[in-house]
Amino acid sequence: MSVIYFLISISIFVAVFFLYAFIKAVRSGQYDDDYTPSVRMLFEDELVKKETNKNQINITEEKQL
Amino acid sequence: MDTANCFHCGNEIIQKDEVIFDEKRFCCNGCKTVYEIFSQNDLTCYYDFQASPGATPQDIQGKYDFLDNEEIVSKLLEFQENSTHIVSLYIPHIHCSSCIWILENLQKLQQGIVTSQVNFPEKKVRVTFNPEQTSLKKIVEMLCSIGYEPYISLENFDEGKKKVDRTLIYKIGVAFFCFGNIMLLSFPEYFEVEEYWINQYRDFFRWLIFGLSLPTFIYSASGYYVSAWKSIKSGLLNIDIPIALGIVVMFIRSTVDIVFDYGQGFFDSMAGLIFFMLLGKLFQIKTYDFLSFERDYKSYFPIAVTKVLPDGNEEAVQVYDIQKGDRLLIRNQELIPVDGILISQKASIDYSFVTGEAVPIEKKSGDKLFAGGKQLGKVIEMEVLFSVSQSYLTQLWSNDVFQKKVEQQHKTITDKISRYFTPALLLLAFVSFFYWVFIDVTTAFNVFTAILIVACPCALALTAPFTLGNVLRILGSRKFYLKNALVVEQLAKVNSIVFDKTGTITTNEKTSITYEGSELNDFEFKLLKNVLRGSNHPLSRRLYDFIPNQERMEVSSFEEVIGKGIFAEIEGNIIKLGSSQFLKTMTENTHKKTKVHVEINGIYKGSYVFNNQYRKELEQLFEDLSKKYNLYVLSGDNDGERKILEKMLPANTTLVFNQKPEQKLAYINSLQQNGKNVMMIGDGLNDAGALAQSNVGISISENVNVFSPACDGILDASQFGKIAFFMRYAKNAMKTIYMSFGISLLYNVVGLSYAVTGNLSPLVAAIIMPLSTVTIVSFVTIMSNVFANRK
Repeated sequence: MSVIYFLISISIFVAVFFLYAFIKAVRSGQYDDDYTPSVRMLFEDELVKKETNKNQINITEEKQL
Repeated sequence: MDTANCFHCGNEIIQKDEVIFDEKRFCCNGCKTVYEIFSQNDLTCYYDFQASPGATPQDIQGKYDFLDNEEIVSKLLEFQENSTHIVSLYIPHIHCSSCIWILENLQKLQQGIVTSQVNFPEKKVRVTFNPEQTSLKKIVEMLCSIGYEPYISLENFDEGKKKVDRTLIYKIGVAFFCFGNIMLLSFPEYFEVEEYWINQYRDFFRWLIFGLSLPTFIYSASGYYVSAWKSIKSGLLNIDIPIALGIVVMFIRSTVDIVFDYGQGFFDSMAGLIFFMLLGKLFQIKTYDFLSFERDYKSYFPIAVTKVLPDGNEEAVQVYDIQKGDRLLIRNQELIPVDGILISQKASIDYSFVTGEAVPIEKKSGDKLFAGGKQLGKVIEMEVLFSVSQSYLTQLWSNDVFQKKVEQQHKTITDKISRYFTPALLLLAFVSFFYWVFIDVTTAFNVFTAILIVACPCALALTAPFTLGNVLRILGSRKFYLKNALVVEQLAKVNSIVFDKTGTITTNEKTSITYEGSELNDFEFKLLKNVLRGSNHPLSRRLYDFIPNQERMEVSSFEEVIGKGIFAEIEGNIIKLGSSQFLKTMTENTHKKTKVHVEINGIYKGSYVFNNQYRKELEQLFEDLSKKYNLYVLSGDNDGERKILEKMLPANTTLVFNQKPEQKLAYINSLQQNGKNVMMIGDGLNDAGALAQSNVGISISENVNVFSPACDGILDASQFGKIAFFMRYAKNAMKTIYMSFGISLLYNVVGLSYAVTGNLSPLVAAIIMPLSTVTIVSFVTIMSNVFANRK
């Protein structure tokens, strides 16, 4: 039955690891700006596309906001 | 594209200024140039994310010359090393995804920029560049040329690295971690199955839970102990005392329980309680990163000005380095940073910052200029009399009363309740203890602790943060930005509202005068102008300025009937000007509109309509507000507008004119002495003192990105008419809090009935606690949204 000691230690260890990861992420400033990244990720590399097919640009563009 | 709006900035195109380029229509050359820059660099995607996202670039000739000064630049830089410089620039125009896109592609526009990153909520762009290939000045000028002019002020110069306080987030993280794990580990005990393996491992589980509860107890909850201790020391009984007491008692009793093997303890409830309360705190904090409520003159002042050296050369010099006797060049739209004497022939200075009076003042050579004025027109030269710190405006600002008090004597609603709650709770605990002591000592201790645990006013403490936090959010989405949750409570208590005149109840647009009636010929214009010359009535003055210049004529007779009109004779022509009663024309008598009727030689010609520059919602708003509040209008101007205002505003409105900034402050103070709770609504720096003195200072702004003085809240000018609604809403928010207090007391009564009878099991506590939290939070959220939708 001592396997329960083992399993619970693992589960606590995993939980502590996540707590550590969370604190580290907060400390690095990841949550300071919660808006810009959400817009930024929708940008594709327009500049490259522009050169390859100039006419279709308006169709493929998404309009946000 | 058949709309007559500019492709770049979206402004309406005036026919004669229209510029057509690349089959697109632009309102001016500036916009066209920006488009050209973008299309040359293959950046026209800028226009795809958002229609007409741009701004017209302003003329910045020479404005940023001070960025050649290395000392200044190094103060502005965030990071500085041989080939890498990083700077954060505040750009008020950032407003849409197109802005983000273009500003993150700056490297395509200028060599030497490595990367640029936008922080949208703060409206800042962080540029990393190589100083060998470009310079800060070039970057700033490039940003200006594409319509994204950064705002650089003295404040940037002084400010050190801002420290971000993230403790609350850490505390919540820790509390959640402990709470979750404790809950999981407590599950076997909840069911109290007397099984072999549970009995076997019970101690292991319990001590593990004890260990897990330590970080929450010691770290996450530390704020409550500190606050409770402070409140005991200052003799106030705030809500943190029963909270801290509850937490400590919970911890001690649970520890005793597991040491002596009485039971599993209340660690789960404790961790959950701390977690939810911290969450409430976080919810209450709603910040508007792009707004600042604590501005002083520094954010208005430029970093540097142009100094004229004795040999005639010009040099950018830091404002703090300006000394008496220096000669300065002030360009169009530049702020005068120090007191001085005008050397150039003429200047026209806009003192609206300091006095609120929007009309520029003409100054002649030798006149004294005060800091805070803005030069309009040509470049002027001045000689410095005082350094920055000794100038009038700065002195005014350093005055203590002009600083918003950090901690006002204000009791929050929760504190008020807890003044009764805390003693009542302690009383109940002790009474039950003494009752049970005679029956059974162990039960007595159990009951005593159970009461403190169950009554630990979790729901009570959550009510206000969640309600006010939600109210802040709702108001924010309606363009009324409040500094913090406290302001909502204060808003609900206000019984007197003081308005500033210029810029607050008036708009910045110039008064327009229109004419209705049969067309006047040139001769009649001439007659009119000459009659008006003799009158001092404010309407006559305005009409006089409105009519183009005419030849002078001899007025043979002139009679002004006060409050009615003018009767005059010029070269045999009889002219009557004035109100409709005076002319006896009996057209419609709409008192809502200010009109001057014209009659020449007995023939009624028509009337000049003064579309007043007051906000159009003004009358309605004052009428609504006058039922519940004492209203005052304070103005820095002379009382020329008194008549008009008296007519427009409800009779019980007090009008006070000729108020200097200090007098405004004193006026507010005297109202407060008379027991009034004053809300001041103002705009310019001239109201800063009054805004700080008032219980609630609201600054009104045509564009919230432009700086406003230190205040408790910033209101977008377009929402002016909704002030009455906001006031009502604040009151309703307080009503919601009271209702929710009722509910949470109900939960306390239920919980206490278990506790007093000595039946509180950890399971009951673990059910009541989250249940009350969830009900309270959802109740206040729903209620505050319901009230928001009610008109």
